[in-house]
Amino acid sequence: MLEVKDLVVNYGVINAVKKVSFNINEGEIVSLIGANGAGKTTILKTISGLLKPKSGEIVYLGNQIQRQAAPKVVASGISQVPEGRHIFPGLSVMENLQMGAFLNKDKQQVQENYRTVFERFPVLAERKNQDAATLSGGEQQMLAMGRALMANPKLILLDEPSMGLAPIFINEIFSIIKKINENGTTVLLIEQNAKKALSISDRGYVIASGEVKLSGTGAELLANLDVQKAYLGG
Amino acid sequence: MQTFFQQIINGLSLGSIYALLALGYTMVYGIIKLINFAHGDIYMLGAFWGYYSINAWHFNFIEALLSSMVVGAISGVIIEYFAYRPLRHSPRITALITAIGVSFFLENGMAYLFTSDTRSFPQVIQQHNYNIGGVLISNIQILILVTACILMVLLQLIIKRTKMGKAMRAVSVDADAAELVGININRTISFTFALGSSMAGAAGVLIGLYYNSIDPLMGMTPGIKAFVAAVLGGIGSVPGASLGGFLIGMLETLFQSIGLSAYKDAVVYVVLIIILLILPAGIFGKNVKEKV
Ligand SMILES: Nc1ncnc2c1ncn2[C@@H]1O[C@H](COP(=O)(O)OP(=O)(O)OP(=O)(O)O)[C@@H](O)[C@H]1O
Ligand SMILES: [Mg+2]
Repeated sequence: MLEVKDLVVNYGVINAVKKVSFNINEGEIVSLIGANGAGKTTILKTISGLLKPKSGEIVYLGNQIQRQAAPKVVASGISQVPEGRHIFPGLSVMENLQMGAFLNKDKQQVQENYRTVFERFPVLAERKNQDAATLSGGEQQMLAMGRALMANPKLILLDEPSMGLAPIFINEIFSIIKKINENGTTVLLIEQNAKKALSISDRGYVIASGEVKLSGTGAELLANLDVQKAYLGG
Repeated sequence: MQTFFQQIINGLSLGSIYALLALGYTMVYGIIKLINFAHGDIYMLGAFWGYYSINAWHFNFIEALLSSMVVGAISGVIIEYFAYRPLRHSPRITALITAIGVSFFLENGMAYLFTSDTRSFPQVIQQHNYNIGGVLISNIQILILVTACILMVLLQLIIKRTKMGKAMRAVSVDADAAELVGININRTISFTFALGSSMAGAAGVLIGLYYNSIDPLMGMTPGIKAFVAAVLGGIGSVPGASLGGFLIGMLETLFQSIGLSAYKDAVVYVVLIIILLILPAGIFGKNVKEKV
């Protein structure tokens, strides 16, 4: 579904991503794990079109998308839930969701999407008219995910969805990710919480200083001692 | 007491024009963090458009008002496209200096084309004065106040209710996240300039009616006053800009009425200094705190 080939991304002279290659098949949950500064967010931003790569290709459903602007990428079915949520403060929960469906002209489908999102995140229904800035961190994460789902993505990119959340919330978020996947959305998951991420993933890649160091199925990586030492904390 | 009410009426009329202008400053600042110093000159363009369309094509008030809004909107969009868009990722000071340059360009360009003479604005509407308990109020003042209020309510509805208005707010608070949901940033910024500049175009026609005179430099002082109004209300805040405009208009008429006409401009700058010292965020400004 998505194939990243020899991706190189720079910030000025800083080389943040060095020839990274990986792929995602339709229906999978794939994790990218790695420590702070490994280059994970940079990879996601490049897929989404917020950053342009120095070289390399991103092929999505047979089309090269590495030069496309972000709105085009969204229109083609890739939605991102950015690191740190980035909900729109000052807009209500409902308006945030409406913005998620910005490109969707089919009113009936948008209504349908509100229903699905509210079913999945009942707390958002309760807070519908509240300023999104007043939500708790966990609720904001749900809103950010709901907003991305409003676009009916085929592929959803999640950048550290468990960041800053209490353990009980983390479990809930991971079970929601699984459900989203079971409903037919392919998932690319970025996490520092490698154990949790790998346990729900079909496959994973370990990224360190801008390169893929290891790859394998979720179970293989979990069993791999090196991974455990380096990225899972012992 | 009568003079007091009289000054309130005069202040409201003038203030509503400042409010219309201040809206453009605040909206543009909200979305690209630029103080658009050329904004006052769009108001001048609006006034000139009104002048020519009424004289040459015999437009009535409504036609002159609406067409000057269109002219304002188009000018704003063109200025943004050619002058500010190429500098989107440059340091803010670069864009700010460019804005001052655009302002000089418009003022001197218009002076070159139409001379810098003051012209008297055609009276599309016959002025009548009503005497209500000793307070004189003209039909023009009422018209200005009503038009300005209608425009402000419309603007507020566009910003609050329409999808484009919500997209504007989304881009103002988080441009990257807005792009990630598919909002076209450039188009949204153009839309913002169009809206803000159309208000300035309308204000130009209204001031022409009110003061009867226009000239290529007429945008300078009101532009600065409207900017102070936007800062007073809390730059970036739409209700703040309206309130700020009314307050500045009142203050100016107040100073005029107590015989300090010579200081009516200076007092506005004093207000700016006072706000910056004690209330830098303005009346409705928020001290942005982010949840991490
Ligand atoms: N805007 C930027 N300008 C310059 N360097 C940047 C910028 N953003 C990221 N970097 C650098 O690029 C490298 C990769 O950053 P990135 O945000 O992709 O890491 P990450 O894997 O997402 O880390 P984390 O887990 O902390 O979110 C880091 O060394 C970072 O300092
Ligand atoms: Mg990151």
